[in-house]
Amino acid sequence: MLEIKNLHVKLEEEDKVILKGVDLTVEAGKVHAIMGPNGSGKSTLSYVLSGRDGYEVTEGSATLGGEDILDMEPEERAAAGLFLAFQYPVEIPGVGNMTFLRTAVNAQRKARGEEELSAADFLKVVREKAKALEIDANMLKRPVNVGFSGGEKKRNEILQMAMLEPKMCILDETDSGLDVDAMKLVADGVNALRDEGRGFLVITHYQRLLDHIKPDVVHILSDGRIIKTGGPELALEVENNGYAGLKAEVA
Amino acid sequence: MALPQPKTDTLAARLSGLDLPGDSGCLKVAREDALARLQATGLPARRDEYWKYTRPETLTAPEVVPAALLSDRDTPVFDDIDRVRVVFVDGVFDAEASDDLTLAGVTIERLADVDARDIHWAKDLYGVLETRGQTPVSRPLAALNTAFATDGLVIHATGKAARPVAFEYLHRNETSDAHLHHVIKVDSGADVTVLEDGPAAARFNKVMEVDVASGGTFHHVRAQGRDHERRAATHIFARLGEGSVFKTFTLTMNGVLTRNDCVVELTGDNAVAHVAGACVGDGDFHHDDTVFITHDAVACESRQVFKKVLRNGATGVFQGKILVKQGAQKTDGYQISQSLLLDDDSQFLAKPELEIYADDVACSHGSTSGAIDEEGLFYLRSRGVPESEATDLMTLAFLAEAIEEIEDQALADDILERLQAWMARRRRD
Ligand SMILES: Nc1ncnc2c1ncn2[C@@H]1O[C@H](COP(=O)(O)OP(=O)(O)O)[C@@H](O)[C@H]1O
Ligand SMILES: [Mg+2]
Repeated sequence: MLEIKNLHVKLEEEDKVILKGVDLTVEAGKVHAIMGPNGSGKSTLSYVLSGRDGYEVTEGSATLGGEDILDMEPEERAAAGLFLAFQYPVEIPGVGNMTFLRTAVNAQRKARGEEELSAADFLKVVREKAKALEIDANMLKRPVNVGFSGGEKKRNEILQMAMLEPKMCILDETDSGLDVDAMKLVADGVNALRDEGRGFLVITHYQRLLDHIKPDVVHILSDGRIIKTGGPELALEVENNGYAGLKAEVA
Repeated sequence: MALPQPKTDTLAARLSGLDLPGDSGCLKVAREDALARLQATGLPARRDEYWKYTRPETLTAPEVVPAALLSDRDTPVFDDIDRVRVVFVDGVFDAEASDDLTLAGVTIERLADVDARDIHWAKDLYGVLETRGQTPVSRPLAALNTAFATDGLVIHATGKAARPVAFEYLHRNETSDAHLHHVIKVDSGADVTVLEDGPAAARFNKVMEVDVASGGTFHHVRAQGRDHERRAATHIFARLGEGSVFKTFTLTMNGVLTRNDCVVELTGDNAVAHVAGACVGDGDFHHDDTVFITHDAVACESRQVFKKVLRNGATGVFQGKILVKQGAQKTDGYQISQSLLLDDDSQFLAKPELEIYADDVACSHGSTSGAIDEEGLFYLRSRGVPESEATDLMTLAFLAEAIEEIEDQALADDILERLQAWMARRRRD
């Protein structure tokens, strides 16, 4: 599904290298987790994959379903099936959440040559999916993420993911700022989307999210490199020994 | 005091082709007074403080710069609204194209007919609010209008108007130079909505005087017409009685030069004045909103909300003043002017002013100028919304606060639709 090979990334404006050769393959139907200390490059990886400005790929490649995505516009990557749940969801004053969702869903359908959803059909689907995430009508009406609590923002990300039904979902610290109940809601939302044809890359600093979203593979990212890859037990090792212990062990 | 020579010359040149209407009746004195005011101040010149950001030459010159007629004409903006249509072609009333002017709750007359009479209530309003609006800042183009305008409407709302009165300003002559002067009197408890739509002329000078008695309500929504080369200098003068409501909104799309002055005097307690505008300009576009609101009564509310979207070297100007006179306690004054600059070539010049002589007031003002939010843009694109569509969505979001000032949803939807069409046309090219 998602294949990243020897990815090197630096900041466009400065001579700062952030990713130093990342290799990673997420197969359809699998959940991969990336753990790593703050500043190790986790968000950078998610941004580079989704096409945000400000980064320069100096070496390596990334493909989605065999298609090179690094030369695509962000909207083309989305239409190709890539989705990023942001670590810090963006507030957009003046744009209603519902308008935003409908514009996004229909833009992707259009890009794929599918028919747009009627207003009534759309409403029906949104209501149903929002309900599962305990997102009320008021949150759907308000401007995108404006005045949302941390937990509401993260649930709103999952709602977008559920509406867009991407092939490859990247979740960047979706657990941060969530209390236990909210985390369960989010995890249930993600688990409901787990499917044979869909890949997940779950980025997290802490192990606790992985109690709810069980990963197949766990990678440790440190200073722009994946220093270790293993099964779910690797997450527990981080939990017990911390990243410092792991780094020492690898070095 | 004698005018400086250049001002004398400019005025003489402008007046050389103009004559006071010879058959003027009850408005004769008002016209002569206006001419005298004009002769005392001269026409606006580049060095005038009030014209610091906008060059007045093409508005004051004797000759009109020709303005090409727009090839892809729109249907009237308020076509879906049940309204009384009043059509002006290049500033001349067209009875044939207009609806019958009878309307329950309102009397509508033509200015020329009123002027032909010896006595009419409009005599006590025509040029009166304009004169009041000449201090502390002179507005010579309005005095010029009062002196020479022969067409326009005289509207008297005595009750709740059954329908809005909609002026449609058609532009058919590339060198038309139009003066229109409307006088609107809203009685105590009466309620009327006036709509305006269209470019009007190659050069358009319009004055609208609105006197709202206690408890009266006046709503105004206008769209200024898309002809790229049109020029306009418009003035609204409003006087508000106790507990009255005055709300005006202007949409401006295109136009090489527009100067919209709005002068509001809150003279009765608890009156409410909202003045709002949204403009979108692309390239050769200069738009100036100049607002002057005077609080001269207790517990009045005023709001100014102006948003400008500027691209390809377009210029936006905002001069907005709130004057709170002594004794105007409990004044609630709000003013915001913002521009969205879609490139580095465009510019926004703002001069917000507060002058307060009462101690128990709440006044705030803010002015900002910025580019489109890149974070928001990326967020939308990451969800699959193409860049151009995402930009439009963000642009409409930016304008939303101004459009929300339009109370009537159907009118707001008409305005929104035109803005979306304007953006869609630019997405194509
Ligand atoms: N746009 C940027 N401008 C400046 N520094 C950046 C930018 N993006 C990332 N960095 C830097 O790159 C490093 C990795 O950051 P990030 O990818 O956010 O790490 P993580 O998500 O693992 O905490 C940090 O040192 C961060 O400060
Ligand atoms: Mg991060």
